[in-house]
Amino acid sequence: MSIAMPAPDAGTIAKRGRIVAAMRSIVPGEGVMDDPDALRPWESDGLTAYRQPPMLVVLPETVEQVSAVLRWCHAEGVRVVPRGSGTSLSGGALPLADAVLLGMGKFKRVLHIDYEDRVAVVQPGVTNLAITQAVEGRGFYYAPDPSSQIACSIGGNVAENSGGVHCLKYGLTTNNVLGVELVLMDGEVVRLGGDRLDPAGLDMLGVVVGSEGLLGVVTEVTVRILPKPETARAVLVGFPDAESAGACVAQVIAEGIIPAGMEMMDRPAIHAAEAFVNVGYPLDVGALLIVEVDGPAAECDHLIGEIVRIADGNGATTIRVSTDEAERMAFWAGRKAAFPAVGRISPDYYCMDGTIPRRRLPEVLRQMEELSAHYGLGVANVFHAGDGNLHPLIFYDANIPGELDRAEEFGNAILRLCVEVGGVLTGEHGVGIEKRDLMPEMFGEEDLKQQQRVKCAFDAELLLNPGKVFPTLHRCAELGRVHVHHGALPFPELERF
Amino acid sequence: MLAPRDAQDLRQIVADAAVAGRTLELVGGGTRRGFGAPRETTEVSLAGLSGVIDYDPAELVLTVRPGTALADIQALVASEGQMLAFEPWGGEGSTIGGAVAAGVAGSRRVTAGSARDHLLGFTAVSGRGETFVAGAKVVKNVTGYDLPKLLAGSWGRLGAMTELTLKVLPAPRMTVTLAAQGLSPVAAHAAMACALGSNAEISAAAHLRRGLTLLRVSGFVPSVEARCGAVPAILARHCEPRRLAEAEGASLWAEAMTGDALAGAVRWQVHLPPRHAPALIDRLQPLGIDWAMDWGGGRLWVALDGEGQEVREEAARLDGEAALVRAPGTMRAHIPAIHPRAAGLAALEQRVRRAFDPTGVFATGRFLEDVHADQLPA
Repeated sequence: MSIAMPAPDAGTIAKRGRIVAAMRSIVPGEGVMDDPDALRPWESDGLTAYRQPPMLVVLPETVEQVSAVLRWCHAEGVRVVPRGSGTSLSGGALPLADAVLLGMGKFKRVLHIDYEDRVAVVQPGVTNLAITQAVEGRGFYYAPDPSSQIACSIGGNVAENSGGVHCLKYGLTTNNVLGVELVLMDGEVVRLGGDRLDPAGLDMLGVVVGSEGLLGVVTEVTVRILPKPETARAVLVGFPDAESAGACVAQVIAEGIIPAGMEMMDRPAIHAAEAFVNVGYPLDVGALLIVEVDGPAAECDHLIGEIVRIADGNGATTIRVSTDEAERMAFWAGRKAAFPAVGRISPDYYCMDGTIPRRRLPEVLRQMEELSAHYGLGVANVFHAGDGNLHPLIFYDANIPGELDRAEEFGNAILRLCVEVGGVLTGEHGVGIEKRDLMPEMFGEEDLKQQQRVKCAFDAELLLNPGKVFPTLHRCAELGRVHVHHGALPFPELERF
Repeated sequence: MLAPRDAQDLRQIVADAAVAGRTLELVGGGTRRGFGAPRETTEVSLAGLSGVIDYDPAELVLTVRPGTALADIQALVASEGQMLAFEPWGGEGSTIGGAVAAGVAGSRRVTAGSARDHLLGFTAVSGRGETFVAGAKVVKNVTGYDLPKLLAGSWGRLGAMTELTLKVLPAPRMTVTLAAQGLSPVAAHAAMACALGSNAEISAAAHLRRGLTLLRVSGFVPSVEARCGAVPAILARHCEPRRLAEAEGASLWAEAMTGDALAGAVRWQVHLPPRHAPALIDRLQPLGIDWAMDWGGGRLWVALDGEGQEVREEAARLDGEAALVRAPGTMRAHIPAIHPRAAGLAALEQRVRRAFDPTGVFATGRFLEDVHADQLPA
């Protein structure tokens, strides 16, 4: 519990009654909640170690309401924390004691589907899986598939640039979103992109996706939908150690194969998963790979043959090819249950999310074992092997004083290690509050200032989702300062932030 | 023309210009100078910043300096059986930095994404004369704002990239072009939509004015053969595609992708919902246009003699946007190259631009709206 949030503003809290009344005048009925009991369910997101009931919750139903809420808060200097389904694993939607929590859950409609041009226009509260469900009758699907896809909303996916097991082949959210309607903190509504490719001007959509709710509130999303692959087949491969599994992954890619999914599990993860779901994972291996290919049957047959050959050449001790859909699902069942499986063997666990260059995997795993011994906490690894995205699960018991702190320190050490070997702090979960204070490990002061200047272009008063992503809050005026020694500025009449 | 030898030189040049209130235009191969208004400014050649910094094929990551020739990079990755999947293209001497800054993409863009989807990270000098990095050198990363998206396609208005990290992908082992003859624009759009929405995994689809519809099938040999075999049945209601010889296919794709072969002194590039492309062609016919559809209709090249401002107006009525990619200087002096944005978005863009370049070092007058918006009251 080492991450501090910005101090609540006493002036804002003092005028809470007036804020509630103003919000009620904008969002009628039960869309504004201020009763302490009603606020409690909103006190955290997927990063459950951190809890803070919001000052109040507002659940708007129209873009006009969103715009009016933000305009009023902007004029009054009230902070706002946007929230989708609240499944963020990095604390992106953690409320603040002096902020309005703006829940987008009532924006639940699929607005328009065009199968010829392969686009769907949906409201931000539609869940990731519901997009696929809306189009699958016609043989289409929405490709990004974060593990929380039953619950997580597309608006949240846009904020976090969510990934999933299929993103090596099909891309992250940013590669699958064509446009958004966005409300800025001052209430202005802008459209970025739409149902066409490569919109004119600077790629504002590109910077909004993955901005973790700091730049604006998304009220509509246009996504591209893809034809559902004709078939999918998977291979389950056991290796004596992570080295040989890693070599197999590298060779698969070097030979020109981009599998639909390529997942690795280490020994503790394999054992936890097998004990939980009993799908016949080999228990005598040091690393397990699930490689899935999709596409026309002829392609799958060919690629499966190649993958089996490569696995064999890299010392695989078990190779099983799925013969039917049930078996393919069984291969995945253990991987997909890895988190709850770990939840059974440890009272609590902490899921990390760094990315590394794949070639550094063996040494990263070795050092992680050393760190595990040092901190006295167990760790299991699941790994999106194709793209180098590691998910170490750290075991701890929150009821033992100091263990959560130790788990966080262990996690931080892992992320520092990821950066040290040329990787990054987060591959798909976002910075949020969780990795906020580690940002200087990856970025220098000038790098962070440049990002914050972009924030200032959208929200100059820093009212939207403050306390997330950036370790140090600089006032925009300070960031915008231009040092002029001799000559005058070319546009002296301009306001510099 | 200034010619920095390295990133440090470049930083000094930008910092000096910022202090002195001068403007600078960043030049790669100089092959796209004709985009935007005629302007008088100091050019900075990035040719001296060239070469590959790191390339690890198994990691799918390539780090290069901006002045490296695009052709050299394409040859390098091809030697490892890989490609830049966004299919960047350009004239003789075109550089990777220029292609990315111009947001150039080829026919595969419809399925594989654009330059913005493949720029993973960069080091750049901002208009403040400060060096900064963004993104990273791994294929999957969400740490901090995705500034590479902003820099790709920004035409050098935010910063001078000194190092680019790009995602590379395996090149297909085999590519076949299927072609159908005699379709109208409406029928061609329907056929392309059917093909792109099918399981045949068509990677590109284009239609040329002379009634030639092109579909690209690529991948591993057994898969390509099977999919080529499946296409006639998939398109049975639309057309009868036949297989073209490889060389013939390649030259036709170049035509669809660049618009270079079109007749007319003025050329527009229109991005629009593919379903509206036939209607746009129809509405512009009275102007005597030549045209080509790429991206299944999502990109329409329009060429004509005369200004043809109607192209932009009609495109806008059909939810499209038109960029003026080739025109005489007199026309470029008064018609913005990039399609105008709605007022709120334009103002936001200008704020973002100033976040990188507060004194307007990179505001050379090439983009008319930049000057215009800066003169608006804040």
